[in-house]
Amino acid sequence: MADSMAPTAPQDGETRRDFLQLVTGAFAAVGVGAVVWPFISSMNPARDVLALSTTEVDLTPIATGSAVTVMWRGKPVFVRNRTAEEIQVARQVPLSQLPDPATDQSRVKKDQWLVLVGVCTHLGCVPLGQKPTDPRGDYGGWFCPCHGSHYDTSGRIRKGPAPTNLLVPEYAFTSDTQIRVG
Amino acid sequence: MATGLHKSDVANPVLRWIDARLPVITLMQKEYGTFPTPRNFNYLWNFGALAMVNLLVMIATGVVLAMHYTPHVSMAFDSVERIMRDVNYGWLLRYVHANGASMFFIVVYIHIWRGLYYGSYKAPRELLWMLGVVIFLLMMATAFMGYVLPWGQMSFWGATVITNLFSAIPLVGESIVTWLWGGFSVDNPTLNRFFSLHYLLPFVIFGVVFLHVAALHITGSNNPLGIDPKGPQDTLPFHPYYTAKDSVGLVVYFIVFAVLVFFFPNMLGHADNYIPANPLVTPPHIVPEWYFLPFYAILRAIPDKLGGVLMMFGAIAVLFVLPWLDTSPIRSMRFRPVARVALFIWLLSFLVLLYCGGKPPDEPFVTISRIATLYYFAYFLVILPLLGRLERPLPLPESIAMPVLRGGGPLPAGAMSKPMEKA
Ligand code: HEM
Ligand code: FES
Repeated sequence: MADSMAPTAPQDGETRRDFLQLVTGAFAAVGVGAVVWPFISSMNPARDVLALSTTEVDLTPIATGSAVTVMWRGKPVFVRNRTAEEIQVARQVPLSQLPDPATDQSRVKKDQWLVLVGVCTHLGCVPLGQKPTDPRGDYGGWFCPCHGSHYDTSGRIRKGPAPTNLLVPEYAFTSDTQIRVG
Repeated sequence: MATGLHKSDVANPVLRWIDARLPVITLMQKEYGTFPTPRNFNYLWNFGALAMVNLLVMIATGVVLAMHYTPHVSMAFDSVERIMRDVNYGWLLRYVHANGASMFFIVVYIHIWRGLYYGSYKAPRELLWMLGVVIFLLMMATAFMGYVLPWGQMSFWGATVITNLFSAIPLVGESIVTWLWGGFSVDNPTLNRFFSLHYLLPFVIFGVVFLHVAALHITGSNNPLGIDPKGPQDTLPFHPYYTAKDSVGLVVYFIVFAVLVFFFPNMLGHADNYIPANPLVTPPHIVPEWYFLPFYAILRAIPDKLGGVLMMFGAIAVLFVLPWLDTSPIRSMRFRPVARVALFIWLLSFLVLLYCGGKPPDEPFVTISRIATLYYFAYFLVILPLLGRLERPLPLPESIAMPVLRGGGPLPAGAMSKPMEKA
């Protein structure tokens, strides 16, 4: 017995052992992966969190030049009724001057209504500019006080550390005076 | 004597019976009793023991706070207010826990400074040092999540900004942030998991501290001269010499701690955290807790999002490789006239960053932060590697005993023989 298990096993025996080790190792790795996945996945949004994902907004009370903030998926959404001047300013800038080039037209469904996720694309603060008394930054849109990002009247980033424009959420006009976000 | 038993020389028969089967008494005697320790420690060598005590204070107060705290967005803030007003001594437990976090960072920052100044990160203590950096990272994660629990405005917005750091990672950043949150913003799932992890991590820290100390007891302690003990004349048994010295430090530490808790309990906190969290309104000036400010300043000094995040994490990552960046074989800065000055300027840059991190992100603070950030990294990546080659160190003393005893004096009883006999 002991002799046949001596360390000087024949050459082909060693390759068989290597193979067995490899197969065992591979199975163990797959097994560990399969066990770890439910733990990781459980930390992703649960079904009830995913379900709470639309919000209706009535546009009638929002006068020209003012804005409201509604809550969608725990985040603020800005709905602004823009003045003609604000729209004009947003459309006059050449795209070459924008850090994240996008036309104003591509960011709205109806010229006057600008709908944005009110979360700074830098590190997630809520920019100021919704209330008439708020500072609106160098470009007349929004100003994020956390690290100084300036957004224009189309919600595009113009100055500061934020890398991209304020996000336009998925939304649809359900009637002339009502939108559904999400 | 039965075979398989440890040969214990404990006098008390009951304790000897235990020690023969589980030699914890022998172990403690060896590691904390007779353990040969360099005889020339100064008070900077208190801070490891202080950090250990601080960790125990945090766990003790935390476990009791958790009995009264409710990790739910609609109840967390009120449950902390109830701890403050209605729970017997709740105010004391919370103020000790909140200020204990600040004390912990003060202690650990001084502990790290000690390592930087006396070259404790150099061979053979590289792994010991790296375990320390791991503890520091775990402490930061724990304190960050703890600060979220009271669910005030700073809790909420601090959590939002810090978790959003991960959105800077290309491609997978957004998915990682959603996963961290368990939703689409910092919300109840986030608070729940932060509480779970805030409870867990201190015990993980405890485990790493054990490894840190185990590694220390292999290499032995460094000392203010940075030279190795050459024999029993250079060391003292840990007990009673350093148990006594640590006790003196502990008393001073508890006095400072008590002054904070009883006279200035909210000085290091932010008033806005007494406003309940509101996801629709960011406070005009959000700042993290003071102990994160140097790193926050580095983040804000860089005008690029990903760049800022990388530099911020890099500021800690560089500590991991410090043992290989500092190419000088001389440990203590006492004998490195140039590196010593460079290190004091580094300390200044760290303090300047701490100051700027708490200021609004305007001029002149942005420019000052940039200069300080540049120096912070230059010290590690340029100055230390070069000085190892260029600097001419001062002559090292021949042994620890020589400068301490100024040419030799009577040795304290027990210093000579005991450690070596037992070891
Ligand atoms: C490394 C050790 C620890 C650190 C650095 C730490 C840090 C913190 C911080 C900074 C806070 C916020 C304090 C405030 O402003 O109110 C906090 C809160 C809290 N911690 Fe810890 N903690 C530690 C250990 C623990 C442990 C072990 C537990 C539980 C077993 C715990 C339970 C709590 C609870 C329930 C709160 C919320 C109540 C409150 O805000 O005072 N902590 N922690
Ligand atoms: S979060 Fe808005 S500028 Fe940083």
